[in-house]
Amino acid sequence: MFDYATAAVESALAAGASYADARVVSTRTEAIEVLNQQLQSVDRAETIGVGVRALIGSSWGFYATAELTDAAARAAGMRAAAVAKASALVSGPPLDLADVPVTEAFWETPHIEHWADVSLSEKVDMLVGITGTMQGVAGIALARGNLGFFDTLKWFVSSQGHRIHQHIVESGGGYDATALGQQETQRRSYPQSFGQFATGGYETIRAWDYPGNAQRIAEEAAQLLTAGTCPEGEKTLILEGSQLALQIHESVGHAIELDRILGWEAAFAGTSHLELPKLGTHRYGSEVMQITADATIPGSLGTFGYDDEGTPAGCVDIVKDGVWVGVLSGRDSAAVAGLPPGGMVRADGYNRLPMVRMTNVGLLPGDSSLEEIISETEDGVYMATNRSWSIDDRRLNFQFGTEIGWEVKNGKLGKMVKNPTYTGITPQFWGQLDMLAGVGERVAWGTPNCGKGQPMQIGHTGHPASPGRFKSVRVGVKG
Amino acid sequence: MTDPAAIAQRVIDLAGDRAEAQATVVTGESALTRFANSFIHQNVADTTRVVTVKISLDGKVAKGTDNRSDDAALSDLVDRTIEAARLSPVDPEWAGFAPPAPIPAVDNYDEATAAASPEERAARVKDFIDAGRGTDAAGFCDTEAMTVAFSNSLGQQAVGRDTRATIDGIHRVGTVAGSAHQTAQALGDIDGAAAGALAAERFRLASDPYDIKPGEYEVVLSAECVATIAVFLGVYGFNGKAFNEGQSFLEIGKQQFDQSINVWDDPFAPGSLGVGFDGDGTPKRRIDLVRDGVSQTAVHNRKTAAKAGVESTGHGLAGMEAFGAFPANAFVGGGSASVEEMIASVDRGLYVATFNYCRILDPKSQVVTGLTRNGTFMIENGAITGAVTNLRFTQSFVEALGEGRVLHLGDDQRFADSEFGVGLVRAPSMHLSSWNFTGGAEG
Repeated sequence: MFDYATAAVESALAAGASYADARVVSTRTEAIEVLNQQLQSVDRAETIGVGVRALIGSSWGFYATAELTDAAARAAGMRAAAVAKASALVSGPPLDLADVPVTEAFWETPHIEHWADVSLSEKVDMLVGITGTMQGVAGIALARGNLGFFDTLKWFVSSQGHRIHQHIVESGGGYDATALGQQETQRRSYPQSFGQFATGGYETIRAWDYPGNAQRIAEEAAQLLTAGTCPEGEKTLILEGSQLALQIHESVGHAIELDRILGWEAAFAGTSHLELPKLGTHRYGSEVMQITADATIPGSLGTFGYDDEGTPAGCVDIVKDGVWVGVLSGRDSAAVAGLPPGGMVRADGYNRLPMVRMTNVGLLPGDSSLEEIISETEDGVYMATNRSWSIDDRRLNFQFGTEIGWEVKNGKLGKMVKNPTYTGITPQFWGQLDMLAGVGERVAWGTPNCGKGQPMQIGHTGHPASPGRFKSVRVGVKG
Repeated sequence: MTDPAAIAQRVIDLAGDRAEAQATVVTGESALTRFANSFIHQNVADTTRVVTVKISLDGKVAKGTDNRSDDAALSDLVDRTIEAARLSPVDPEWAGFAPPAPIPAVDNYDEATAAASPEERAARVKDFIDAGRGTDAAGFCDTEAMTVAFSNSLGQQAVGRDTRATIDGIHRVGTVAGSAHQTAQALGDIDGAAAGALAAERFRLASDPYDIKPGEYEVVLSAECVATIAVFLGVYGFNGKAFNEGQSFLEIGKQQFDQSINVWDDPFAPGSLGVGFDGDGTPKRRIDLVRDGVSQTAVHNRKTAAKAGVESTGHGLAGMEAFGAFPANAFVGGGSASVEEMIASVDRGLYVATFNYCRILDPKSQVVTGLTRNGTFMIENGAITGAVTNLRFTQSFVEALGEGRVLHLGDDQRFADSEFGVGLVRAPSMHLSSWNFTGGAEG
């Protein structure tokens, strides 16, 4: 496979590229969905192809083909260069690439039990059993379970001499129960909404004890129909770990993407409220807030050996003691900004241009616990498991809804509340973070559905987080 | 093997007597020229080929996908999908494959668009950028040409093809931006200069925005906002799966919207995108979704139709059975009022250019939260008097279009960007009596 990538790179250089790289990518996926004990779909997909990137002047040209022959790879290299050349009609400053080590390497996701070695019937039987348990709870109309698996082989070659082979294994899934009311639906999910995904094999599914939580999840969904509504006003807000992970993803992870800060995503995904001259001085949040982007965390969804530019995975400080100190970057964006390249550029397949992507952007653990946080809260709301999320194009103004909440009164969990929502402005919100649970409650939550770029790409990102508390947050926004 | 129809039939032949099978083959080329900071920074293209086979062994169903088309790969695809079906439990809701039926003659294909060069896209980008003065322009111009071939064991066969071209972009300085969007079947109908001029004009009007207090405001919504509303109604309401599951707002035969509201799906209207059959191989047809404010029907694929006890409406999505069905050639009926006339009829309200990051809070009530973007304008005494900063809203889309709340429909029905994809909806601007803004720049 290296030969096809090499042929594509050679061809792009011969056609005038100042730099070129190519990836042959082979992907196998399996997706299973069960609804109310009935199999809805089993979908197994395989793709393979080569994508080549050619740099000419201020523009990347990119071309991909599913034909894996020497001739097709060379043709792809030529077309990538030709596409880049066409950009000269509307050109900008020449683009440089920050230096990275030139590497020949192999890296593989550590895994114990490859998902392909677990029979389809075992997977389906588990989901049928879980949805049966949930259906057995009065009031549950829809009980849904799903599993998703990825096996990706990459062969990367650059004109600077990189030659890297990687094998990435990802597994995940989850389930949810929906109760239908007259004019409302209430849902509960496990382990989190949209499923919990990780790098690793089927052992990552077994670790979550899917069957053991189905009854509780369904009962909570049914109870929500008769629960009171979330109180309105400014309250102390306690967030369960997976919701805090999504809060990090949306209001930190995207905001620190250097391509957004530089305006490269301005028309679609948006820009950022962060300004490069304030790197190192801008207060992002309270001193409790310590955030890193660490692509080396074992098992987390944003973990790999090398990014899709051949840069080794690493750990970068993003927010230290509440101050913004780092960005997510690639070789081109880092060169423009005069920063070291972070190794955070990935594509979602052979046929897409690599771009800046979150790795594992997460909160370092605090020194408290959820139990202690609740016991020290006089008047608040504890919210768990995301239901809706929305944030503006500069990653400032957000509103989240969660599946479930509980009032917190005088240090104790109180009544369950439905339709909990909260809203805020990023730096003010993070400035209110005053308690964070410790390493024992920290989970490397995975987000398998991050959309970005044009054409749209779906990224897999990790967000380690433990439960946290925020003072004076507006909750209970209603339509 | 490169001919999509031949590949599809080969898949059926490889399944032979072992299983009932359905094959869908999509081939084509897509290319996208992307610009930011007023120059092209990413210019991409790829050849596409997706071979999808669905296998049924007496109601045990599985689906497989591959992007290779040599005989060995197709044979492996069929074998492994048959094996997956064999291991699957019977699907009691399996509706079987589509019987042979004539496919309407639809050819939404423009040869020049299929052959468009990166230089042609770059020229439109240049026109867009040049329309602004001293602004940072960003956006994209893309072209796509696809051929879809379908075949199944029952003898249903179909081939269709289509092209699409889009330009979408902004002119901005700092945090102030104006946007414009054009989608058409042919690149020749995309006018980069006109799109750029509209975005630049909206940017000019959007300058120096000020904060206003959230609350209920009368609004004039652009076609982009209305298209987003239509997509939410489609995904969470008209979708036959959501309807069957009881999660939809839809109550067939009930007046759920203002009498002026008409929504329909028509794959045969001039300038349409797509092919004449759906993902199940069912012929597409025109269908009314809302007539004079009265909800008419959900849209169905074969499976959701069987469960609902009706015939498929031809709205199955290839490879997205778990999602359900969706009206991808939707129209929201227009009226006779120009945007200027609508604005002129507002004493105090807002004109919104686009919505951003809309997400549903509850599908049954259709309460959605989102933000305004790329131009939110204060209307006072019938004229735009300035720009305001972006606002967050939390609003039921069904209620917003309810009886007595639709004051005018625009005369500008066109393909509008729906936030979740281009070319899905043709919509007009709309004047509504009230919209619930729940947050401003300060939260």
